Amino acid sequence: MADVRNGIATRAGAIILAPVGWLANVFDAPLRMLQRRTGSNGMAVFFLAPNMLVFGIFVLFPLVINILYSMTGGGALFLGDRTFVGADQYGRLFSCGSYLDPKSCTEDLFWIAVWNTLAFVVLQVAMMVAVALVTALVLNRELRARSFWRAVFFFPVLLSPVVVGLIWRWILQRQGLLNLMVFEAGGTPVNWLVERNWAFAATIMVSVWAHVGFYALILLAGLQAIPKDLYEAAEMDGTRPMRVFWRITLPLLAPNLLVVLVLTLIRAVQIFDEVYVLTGGGPGTSTLFLTQYIYEVGFASMLRNPGLASAASILMGAVLVVLTLIQLSIARRNEQRGKMR
Amino acid sequence: MSRVAEFLFRRRGGAGWHWTDVFTWFWLIGGLLVMFGPALWLVNSSFKTPAALAEFPPTVLPYVTAEAIVEGYEEPLQLFEVRNDDGSVRVLAEVRRLGTVAQMVDPANPGEIIRVNIRNRTPKRSIAFALDNYVQPFLAFDFFLYLRNSVFVTVVATLITLLTNSMAAFALSKYNFRGRSAVMMLIVATLMVPLSVILVPLYSVISAMGLFNSLWGVILPTVATPTGVFMLRQYMLTIPDELIDAARMDKASEWQIYWRIILPLTAPALAVLAIFSVVWRWNDFLWPLIVLSRKEVYTLQVGLNTYAGQLNVQWHYILAMTVVTMIPVVLVFIFLQRFITTGIAGSGLK
Repeated sequence: MADVRNGIATRAGAIILAPVGWLANVFDAPLRMLQRRTGSNGMAVFFLAPNMLVFGIFVLFPLVINILYSMTGGGALFLGDRTFVGADQYGRLFSCGSYLDPKSCTEDLFWIAVWNTLAFVVLQVAMMVAVALVTALVLNRELRARSFWRAVFFFPVLLSPVVVGLIWRWILQRQGLLNLMVFEAGGTPVNWLVERNWAFAATIMVSVWAHVGFYALILLAGLQAIPKDLYEAAEMDGTRPMRVFWRITLPLLAPNLLVVLVLTLIRAVQIFDEVYVLTGGGPGTSTLFLTQYIYEVGFASMLRNPGLASAASILMGAVLVVLTLIQLSIARRNEQRGKMR
Repeated sequence: MSRVAEFLFRRRGGAGWHWTDVFTWFWLIGGLLVMFGPALWLVNSSFKTPAALAEFPPTVLPYVTAEAIVEGYEEPLQLFEVRNDDGSVRVLAEVRRLGTVAQMVDPANPGEIIRVNIRNRTPKRSIAFALDNYVQPFLAFDFFLYLRNSVFVTVVATLITLLTNSMAAFALSKYNFRGRSAVMMLIVATLMVPLSVILVPLYSVISAMGLFNSLWGVILPTVATPTGVFMLRQYMLTIPDELIDAARMDKASEWQIYWRIILPLTAPALAVLAIFSVVWRWNDFLWPLIVLSRKEVYTLQVGLNTYAGQLNVQWHYILAMTVVTMIPVVLVFIFLQRFITTGIAGSGLK
């Protein structure tokens, strides 16, 4: 099986590389001259240069000037044209009568977005981990055609967020499939995307639907790495299945569960695409999340305020950095434990 | 009957059904319906006419109401199946309707008006696929342009990604130079910087470079993927250094070593990255939404969102174009799904 896969991959790679094969000869002469100057080890810089140049211009440089942006005001685009305002933008974001009540804040939309995002993160992550775990456990059983069933849950992962949003808008609209089912079952049709709570629930359901296959796959890999002899030993001792689950499966799956937990957290904090297409942040502001707030303040609204958008994005970035550091340290610990084993 | 049931539900070793078996099948069958159902419903709906889409309850098959041109009438008339008192059924065309009584004519004998109670008739319908939904967006709207833009962005970004990432991975795996680990750290660190954190400054960089409303403004910021560099480097570390030493002995230049030895040997990893990159770039939404503000440069995703965001949503076109947008990804799914799922399970990246 692996051979066939490698064969296909090698052939695919060859096809991708063939049309540009002549580049090797064209570039060789000038690069030989360069190599004569730098020495063979010095060529490393040449190989690194394109990637790091793109990296520097489009990731690192923006990251650095983002901090400067967040300390300027006005609607001008370029940093040189903007006026320095110190920490005013942060002050504006945090000027609140009570943080629990967005209406008492100067930037009420920011706090609405913060609380919406928090609620979304808690509910979506819990649901995602639960559904992914159940799916992985089911897929880990002795199944005929397991790879088919694995593919079933993986299918939506590849769909674009816009397609996901439109598929579900079509299902959840007033005359959609879901209401047909409700109607057939004798219930009253609901306007799912117009009622606040249903719309919020829909954003959670849809994002779980779209991504759960990915996390189930990671957990499935973890389950299959658990040594089989542990289960055999438990069976010989006549241990009850529930006890096997709590005492063997769950503790040994814990590292993978943590990875999935943190990954879902990082993605949930940044939720935008599917929700933007599905509800557009509405009805009202009930599904307005942080990234959409940043996008609207920075680009879309009539009162554009790039400085404010920068400040908000830096606050979100800080949360993400903390989450990613946790993830990296977990990954490192798992690696070490793997080596010890 | 019970024999059949026995055969279907027979289990290995003759053991009885545990509740977990029932639950497994419930979850799998439910998953099958929930995961594929919505997309299939969308595909199904995309073949319906606007009139059929507006119907509630919706039908499964795409029906259109039948019409006929009848002598003496300018407009085509709608056809109905009329049930006579004796139970026989005949097909009549409606001329006009007054309250509960319809004035109808027999298409074969258009002179005579027949009055029918509307309770005694049902619209005559036939199955027809509204292929116009697929044709019109390409002719009357700019979808061909959007499709072309999307293909351009996907192909060019993927090629550049493969080239720059593999070059960087080669430098980071096969050379010893000062600051190598610092560069590695930097690349890993940028995993923490998602696009949504640098939207505003990145936009100003793109504008300053004159790339606003240009497809290159969509392509360039995405090509230096840290995941790509990382994945390729891990793979290249497994290629033995002796190969490179032997090539140097034969007077091969460093560029030739990269192009003739390392790249072909990295093909499996390159293929994985290519698949990922195609899916990523094809699906990109937020960044193109910001950079592209003129219709001529929209990608499919941005174009779809724009049409779906209009006040008067023309669902019959939107549905068809959503299906078109789905096609490349579904092809990737059908042919390369196994490849991707094992890749993810192995490396945990997406």
